[in-house]
Amino acid sequence: MEPDLGELAIETRELRKQYGRIVALTGLTMTVRRGEVFGFLGPNGAGKTTAVKLLLGLSRPTSGRGQVLGAPLGGVATRQRIGYLPELFRYQGWMTAREVLALHCELARLPRPSWPAEVAEALELVGLADRSNDRVETFSKGMQQRLGLGVALLGKPELVVLDEPTSALDPVGRQDVRGIIGELRSRGVTVFLNSHLLTEVERVCDRVAIVDRGGVVAELAMTDLVAEGGIRIRVTGPVDAKVIAGRFGPTRQDGEWLVVASIADAQVPALVAELVAAGGAVHAVVPEHRTLEDRFLALLGAAPAQVAAPAQVAAPVGGSADPGTLP
Amino acid sequence: MSRAALVIARLTLREALRRRLLWALLGLTVLLVVATGWLFGRAAELTPFEGGERQLILSQLLVMIAFMFSFVLTMTGAFAAAPAIGPEIENGLLLAVLARPVRRSDVLLGRWIGLALVLVGYALAAGYLEVAVVALTTGYAPADPLVAPPYLAAEALVLLTLSLAFSTRIAPVASGSIAVVGFGLAWMGGIAGGVGDYLHNDSLRTAGTVAHLILPSDTLWRGAMFGLEPPPDVLAAAGSQARIFTVSPFFAGTPPPPLWLAWCLAWVVATLAIGAFLFRRREL
Ligand SMILES: Nc1ncnc2c1ncn2[C@@H]1O[C@H](COP(=O)(O)OP(=O)(O)OP(=O)(O)O)[C@@H](O)[C@H]1O
Ligand SMILES: [Mg+2]
Repeated sequence: MEPDLGELAIETRELRKQYGRIVALTGLTMTVRRGEVFGFLGPNGAGKTTAVKLLLGLSRPTSGRGQVLGAPLGGVATRQRIGYLPELFRYQGWMTAREVLALHCELARLPRPSWPAEVAEALELVGLADRSNDRVETFSKGMQQRLGLGVALLGKPELVVLDEPTSALDPVGRQDVRGIIGELRSRGVTVFLNSHLLTEVERVCDRVAIVDRGGVVAELAMTDLVAEGGIRIRVTGPVDAKVIAGRFGPTRQDGEWLVVASIADAQVPALVAELVAAGGAVHAVVPEHRTLEDRFLALLGAAPAQVAAPAQVAAPVGGSADPGTLP
Repeated sequence: MSRAALVIARLTLREALRRRLLWALLGLTVLLVVATGWLFGRAAELTPFEGGERQLILSQLLVMIAFMFSFVLTMTGAFAAAPAIGPEIENGLLLAVLARPVRRSDVLLGRWIGLALVLVGYALAAGYLEVAVVALTTGYAPADPLVAPPYLAAEALVLLTLSLAFSTRIAPVASGSIAVVGFGLAWMGGIAGGVGDYLHNDSLRTAGTVAHLILPSDTLWRGAMFGLEPPPDVLAAAGSQARIFTVSPFFAGTPPPPLWLAWCLAWVVATLAIGAFLFRRREL
């Protein structure tokens, strides 16, 4: 079922981008609905930033086509309705934060009377109000990224594209960004979020696309991910628990735990009853919440060290962040 | 011209002000004027010549100073323009700007307008001050004292344009150097052409013409020289004494023909267009 074009914020078909002999995107096909917070995930060099540059018309595709906010890629006028925080963010160091924001109001062709309010609101939102008259070159990296976020939010854009918006931010800043994204979602703004911070994406996104080597390897809604869970169960006693559990779903041993993947919630009591009937002692049943990280790693078939820094990925309770338990 | 180009032009001017480029230029101008005043004061006192000869000698001195000044102007233009685009692509500054409804050609044109205003303003102010100081200290004034500074400004503008066009693709040091070397080569080409004219040698003449076609800065320099020379009656009065000057590389007998001036204009427009083309094809 194809959503009609008016509902789509972004639609691309077989977008390909080649830099000389390097193919950055092999054929990107994806859709982002209006009002959605869309996560774009992938390992380093997967082509995320390249895709964003194509969407914004900062770079021209080698082949393929796409639309953003109903207009073909590369249109100059469309950019008036898009806010963008580049991965490599940098603003005029000799200007104050306030002046940079005013400059972008002007570049975005916002009506002049609205500038002071827009600037003040952006400063407030990103927490730079008390440094607004300092030159940007005196800012820390994180403060500059906050400024960039403020710039991206000027003029109530319909689409906000954030390329790793928290790369320089402290934990409080990251939380602020999550708050801002939530706020954008409640206003019906479409957000396109590039990231490899999986927990972050997990918390804010409605849908994600996972890209690898220049193409989408999976597109999934966050709700699917949660439903894909299973359980882990600890059983002792004279039973072959693995055989019994195997009738309910794919099963594997993990230390003294038995992991039963994709067992329906309603089936769990039946499984426990059978185990007990067979003489087993059931010590614990824990729902296994499947994390985006599991999915990510499974899809990319990579060891964790090669992908996003595992240190940044907090394992939720019951999750399996332990490399030894990867599916 | 689009509004975005004007916004970028204003941004460039503000940056020049804020980064004290304008103040540096102002300081240099004061220094230049004081030095010129002193030099010409001495020269006027010491020269044993009188009348037309004195005028000719002072005019030659003025042309030499102007040559040095044109070199300084050119360096200023070339090195102000050289880092105007490339480094801002590399450090990401232009990513945020170009994600707005702004074309790359707007950025290039805006940069050009902003830098050109600074350079032309500086050239005119310093140029006229020089002419005035020389007139005050020695009593020597060119036939039309208003002519030379605009030519000097235009000459530097040619090199600024070249450096800016290259700055879309190559490193600032390289593009600044190309402009400065180009300046030197064009000047030598102009001399070759002048010698060719005098000796009626076609290959030298052709070399001069080709140099003027490729990089028309020397055409404008000749205009500046012409604008600093004494009136024709002074030259005529100096009689055969003046002949030695007419073969000097620091002498222009005639102003640049209008067709060559039109070529200068066309060259600047074409170079900007090439710059825009190069910029458009560059990956951000
Ligand atoms: N300007 C360029 N010239 C040449 N190759 C490029 C250029 N930009 C990107 N690439 C190549 O394209 C591929 C994709 O790069 P891209 O920046 O899109 O990755 P990414 O997914 O954003 O990575 P990261 O997570 O590190 O930001 C890489 O192999 C990169 O080397
Ligand atoms: Mg990237």
